[in-house]
Amino acid sequence: MAVLVIADHDNASLRETTAKTVSAAAKIGGEIDIVVLGSGAKAAAEAAARISGVRKVLLAESDALGQGIVEAEEAALLPILGGYDAVLAPSTSAGKNLIPRLAARLDLAPINEVVAVVDAKTFVRPIYAGNALETVRTSDAKVLATIRPTVFEAAPEGGAAAIETLAPGPGSSASRFVSQDQVKSGRPELGSAKIVISGGRALGSEEEFKGVLEPLADKLGAAIGASRAAVDAGYAPNDYQVGQTGKVVAPDLYIAIGISGAIQHLAGIKDARVIVAINKDPDAPIFGVADYGLVGDYKTIVPELMAELGKIGR
Amino acid sequence: MKLLVPVKRVLDYNVKVRVKADKTGVDLANLKMSMNPFDEIAVEEAVRLKEKGVATDILAVSIGPAQAQDTIRTALAMGADRGLLIQTDQDLEPLAVAKLLKALVDQEKPDLVLMGKQAIDGDNNAVGQMLAALMDRPQATFASKVEISGGKAEVTREVDGGLQTISVDLPAVITADLRLNEPRFASLPNIMKARKKPIEVKAVADYGVDTAPRLTVVKVSEPDVRKAGIVVASAADLVQRLKTEAGVL
Ligand SMILES: Cc1cc2nc3c(=O)[nH]c(=O)nc-3n(C[C@H](O)[C@H](O)[C@H](O)COP(=O)(O)OP(=O)(O)OC[C@H]3O[C@@H](n4cnc5c(N)ncnc54)[C@H](O)[C@@H]3O)c2cc1C
Ligand SMILES: Nc1ncnc2c1ncn2[C@@H]1O[C@H](COP(=O)(O)O)[C@@H](O)[C@H]1O
Repeated sequence: MAVLVIADHDNASLRETTAKTVSAAAKIGGEIDIVVLGSGAKAAAEAAARISGVRKVLLAESDALGQGIVEAEEAALLPILGGYDAVLAPSTSAGKNLIPRLAARLDLAPINEVVAVVDAKTFVRPIYAGNALETVRTSDAKVLATIRPTVFEAAPEGGAAAIETLAPGPGSSASRFVSQDQVKSGRPELGSAKIVISGGRALGSEEEFKGVLEPLADKLGAAIGASRAAVDAGYAPNDYQVGQTGKVVAPDLYIAIGISGAIQHLAGIKDARVIVAINKDPDAPIFGVADYGLVGDYKTIVPELMAELGKIGR
Repeated sequence: MKLLVPVKRVLDYNVKVRVKADKTGVDLANLKMSMNPFDEIAVEEAVRLKEKGVATDILAVSIGPAQAQDTIRTALAMGADRGLLIQTDQDLEPLAVAKLLKALVDQEKPDLVLMGKQAIDGDNNAVGQMLAALMDRPQATFASKVEISGGKAEVTREVDGGLQTISVDLPAVITADLRLNEPRFASLPNIMKARKKPIEVKAVADYGVDTAPRLTVVKVSEPDVRKAGIVVASAADLVQRLKTEAGVL
C-alpha cells in the first residue's frame, strides 16, 4: 500500500492542510509520499520532507505548475499514479479542481470532502450542506479523495524524507494563466485560525465591515470571514466567504456579527469549538447553534467588547 | 456558437433536510424540488451569451426522473432553446453523469459546456472536472466572470486566496460559482413560450456507457446537532465566560 498526498503550499511555505492530509493518509495505511507541484518550491518541498511518517517527497516544477494550471498538474501526476493505492489532496479550491479530473482520467469515482476515514476503502463525507453524513465504500482499485483538513490533526514534524525531482510533464497550450488577484493580509488563514470573526449583511458597507471587524480581529489575532450576503454586496472579498460553498472553518472561537445563520452558512462553522453570535434579532437562527448569544446592535456591542477585551489585556 | 447546459433537479435549498429513520438516505417524499442553484446561474450566463449574440443555440440537459422535465422547462423559460431529458430513476454518480454528458457532447459537439460547480444534494463538485477530462479539453471551474471571444474564454475563477484569471481554448467546460450573475425569474409570457419548446426524452441505454455505481452507501446519518447555548447579558459577561468557562481567550 502507498498513498500520495498532493501538497498545499505557496512555494515558499507549506500550508498546515498538507500535514492534516498526511494524517488522513496514515489512517488509510501504507507508505506515504508527498508531491509538491509548483515553481521555485524547494522550501515547500523541504517543509514537506520534515513531516513525520513521510517516505519521500516528489518535487515537480514549471511555470504552469506555479500558476496552478490544472492541465499541467494532471500531466505531471498521471505518469506516477500507477504506484499508489490512494491519492489525497486537501479540499482546497485547487484540490477540488484537480482530484475529480484525475479520477475521470483513471475511470474512478472520486470521493470529495472526506471528514472521516473508516478504513482504506470506506469514508464519511457531508452531503446536503452538512445536514447529513454519508458513509461510502468504494469498489474501485484506487481511492482518489479530497480531505476536509479542519477535522484532522496535523501530522507532527520530525521526519527527514528524501526529496526527488519529478518531471513536470508537458504544459497545456489550450489553457493559459492570465493573472492572479491575491488578497494579502497579515492575518492568520481562515481555515487554520484559532479565532475567526465574521461579518454579515448587517455591516452595510465595505468601510463599515473593515472599520468594525479589523480592529477586533487585530485585538484577538483572528482571521476575518464573511457571510455570502456580505461578499455578494462587496463588503468583503470572495475568499472570506464561510459556508457550504465557501470555506469551512473550525476555530476554537467563532464570532458571528450581524449574520442570521442560514443553513448554508452554518455548514461552514459546525466544527467550531465555541460559537458567539451578536445579532439584534433574538429569533435569528444563529442563536440556535451559538454557545453564547448577545442580543443587540453590533454598533454598541462591538465597542463594548473591544473595551472589555482591553481590560483583560487583549 | 452552441452551448450545452446540464441542469440537475435537487431538493430546494430552503427545505430542511431530514435523514430517513432507516439511515438509507435523505427523505425526499413530497418535498419541493428545484433546479440546482448553481445550474440556474449557468443557464443565466448562457442566456446572457445568447442575448449578446455570442451563443446561438442553448441545449439544456437533465439526467433524472420524469419530473426533471420541470427543471428543463424552467431552463427553457429562462431562455434555453431546446431540452433533453436522459430519463432514469437511479441516482447516478458523478462519473456516470460525466460519461453520459461526454456521449452527448460527442453527438451535439457544443463549443462550450456551461454548468454548475456543485449540485447541492450530493455536494460532490466533480462532474464538470470529470467531463472536461473525458473530453480531453480545458476546464475553468468556479467561474465568477466569463468573456468569450475568438474561440477562447477568459474566465475569472474564485480560488483560495482570491481570484485567478485564465484563458482557455474552446471547446471547454466552465463551472459557475455563486457570483457569476444573478439568475432572472422567468416571466409569464416566457413560461408560456417555453411550453412549446421541444424536450427530447432518451434513456440511459441509448448512450451505451457504463453507469454502474462504484460506491456503496453504507449509511446516511444525522450529524451531531449543536445545541443552543445561553444568552448573555453584556459584553463584560461574555468576555468573562469566554475566558473562564470556555477557556478560549
Ligand atoms: C446554493 C447556495 C449556497 C450558499 N452558500 C452560502 C455560503 O457558503 N455561505 C453563506 O454565508 N451563505 C451562503 N448562501 C446564502 C445564505 O442562504 C444566506 O442568504 C446568507 O448566509 C445570509 O447572509 P447574512 O446572514 O449576512 O444576511 P441576512 O440573512 O440578511 O442576515 C443579516 C442579520 O443581521 C442582523 N442585523 C441587522 N442589523 C443588525 C445590527 N445593527 N446589529 C446586529 N445584528 C443586525 C439581522 O437581524 C439578520 O439576522 C448560499 C445560498 C445558496 C442558495
Ligand atoms: N443528474 C444530473 N443532470 C444534469 N446535470 C447534472 C446532474 N448531476 C450533476 N450535473 C451537473 O454537474 C454539476 C456538478 O454536480 P456535482 O459534481 O454532482 O456536484 C451540476 O451543477 C450540474 O450542472
